Amino acid sequence: MSLDTATIRRIASLARLTVTEDQLEPLAHELNSILGWIEQLNEVNVDGVEPLTGGAQMAMKMRDDVVTDGGYPEKILANAPDRAGQFFAVPKVVE
Amino acid sequence: MLTDLTIAEAREKLRAREFSAVDLTMAHLHAIETLNPRLNAFITVSHSQALDQARAADEALARGDARALTGIPLAIKDLFCTVGVRTTAASEILRPFVPPYESTVTAQLLRDGAVFLGKTNLDEFAMGSSNMTSAYGPVENPWKRLQDEDAVLVPGGSSGGSAAAVAARMSMGATGTDTGGSIRQPASFCGLVGVKPSYGRCSRWGVVAFASSLDHPGPFARTVRDGAILLGSMAGHDPKDSTSADVPVPDYEAACRRGVKGLRIGVPKEYRSDGMPAEIEALWQKGLGWLRDAGAEIVDVSLPHTKYGLATYYIVAPAEASSNLARYDGVRYGARQDGAELSDMYGNTRAAGFGAEVRRRIMIGTYVLSAGYYDAYYLRAQKVRALILRDFNDAFQQVDALITPTTPSAAFAQGEKMDDPIQMYLNDLFTVGANLAGVPAISIPAGLDANGLPLGLQIIGKPFDEETVFAVSAEMERAAGFTALPQLRAGG
Repeated sequence: MSLDTATIRRIASLARLTVTEDQLEPLAHELNSILGWIEQLNEVNVDGVEPLTGGAQMAMKMRDDVVTDGGYPEKILANAPDRAGQFFAVPKVVE
Repeated sequence: MLTDLTIAEAREKLRAREFSAVDLTMAHLHAIETLNPRLNAFITVSHSQALDQARAADEALARGDARALTGIPLAIKDLFCTVGVRTTAASEILRPFVPPYESTVTAQLLRDGAVFLGKTNLDEFAMGSSNMTSAYGPVENPWKRLQDEDAVLVPGGSSGGSAAAVAARMSMGATGTDTGGSIRQPASFCGLVGVKPSYGRCSRWGVVAFASSLDHPGPFARTVRDGAILLGSMAGHDPKDSTSADVPVPDYEAACRRGVKGLRIGVPKEYRSDGMPAEIEALWQKGLGWLRDAGAEIVDVSLPHTKYGLATYYIVAPAEASSNLARYDGVRYGARQDGAELSDMYGNTRAAGFGAEVRRRIMIGTYVLSAGYYDAYYLRAQKVRALILRDFNDAFQQVDALITPTTPSAAFAQGEKMDDPIQMYLNDLFTVGANLAGVPAISIPAGLDANGLPLGLQIIGKPFDEETVFAVSAEMERAAGFTALPQLRAGG
């Protein structure tokens, strides 16, 4: 399976990464090389094997569904690139 | 030299008031001032905060309130959020970020009286094996090739700054994170002890996420006992991390004195790869000999899916990274790049804020999770991961611990292995299995190669049996008698 530049453009758009035209070819080359190397997993017989999602060999704990933290908007907004009052500000979405 | 002491020694001397915590911190800050302009191990040095913490440590010592790490200066990988101290993950996108909260691991170190010297350099978002992907410049390994002292070697990665800081005596110990080898490989390259505990042993809360099912916080130290002291403070259940294990933290320092008599030590035959340098093979055999002499039994075992570990990792880790790094959108924190519309602002922010390796992994991760490819790549990788875990479980039916080399080579020079991402990925060949399986592993400095560079051996144990791993590591440390020093160091 080989990725063409149209696919690269689509993946970049899904990943919200602006990619310039001249970056498409080199990216396709790099990603194809990595994916080609990954293809070796096709040799492994995985019939009947349950997928393993994580490293924790234990059930996750339950906790009460209550608020345990918060109530300091100034601390949270201190890192905002742009703000309006107590809100994060972004470029206009709706005209 | 105060900077040559181990943590265990410094702790005794601080308690005996042979010197003050301020003296000890000043000595390390001076070492940083002298060496860091060249080595670039620290992104941020928190000079005045460190002195405040040292003064508080002296007051605690005067009151007789000495805790496990009171007055001990440490370096913190710049992936751990530290309240009021900029945390960059070595990325442009977090250049302006000052966390309003403290990670659980660093909070526990502070609870135990540690002094934080600053935040150490790393590969961007911990993605790399050389520290070359940092947006804040590469780190120089304090070790030099005997035959070629001009070559600038990498400290390994991703926790390269932490390793260089501890090796060069700029810090007594450091925190790191290990997702595919990012503590053990730099420990091996810099002649240090690097501890990757079991998955769930150290909380990930407040640690900038790379691949959540593989990320393990852990310590760097110059001795196994110091590694045990640091892990004892960093470990423990944290309700704020749903994968944190609610199991008691044993006395790791005591485990270092257990010895290995009667233990069964496994040698996985699949780690004997073609093209392994003869001196690494020889060191491995030597390490097994030390354990045999100390009363352990050496047993051949098989981990049949070893060769698929890296390919599995390079699906799972980028998949999780592409998801974790979706949060960097220029809205709530970090550096923003403007765009005519919201979607342009996102795309421009992320294209400018992430470096090439991070963008590459986000692209791979996005692709393997995308509709139509999920089963072929991601689901298959999760199944192979299950087989890799099964291999470890089977092996641990027969043995108490496994011994392998930590890395396929000693430290390489800056610029080497940079042309082909896969060449760089191969650094993690021997370390990645323990991340996929979540089992504890320690790298100890075991010898030098022909160039005078340190080589590590890796001890892998059963889940949550760090004690046996510490016992074996301490025995090998005694036998190895590793006393070599890096050329670039405080007082060197």
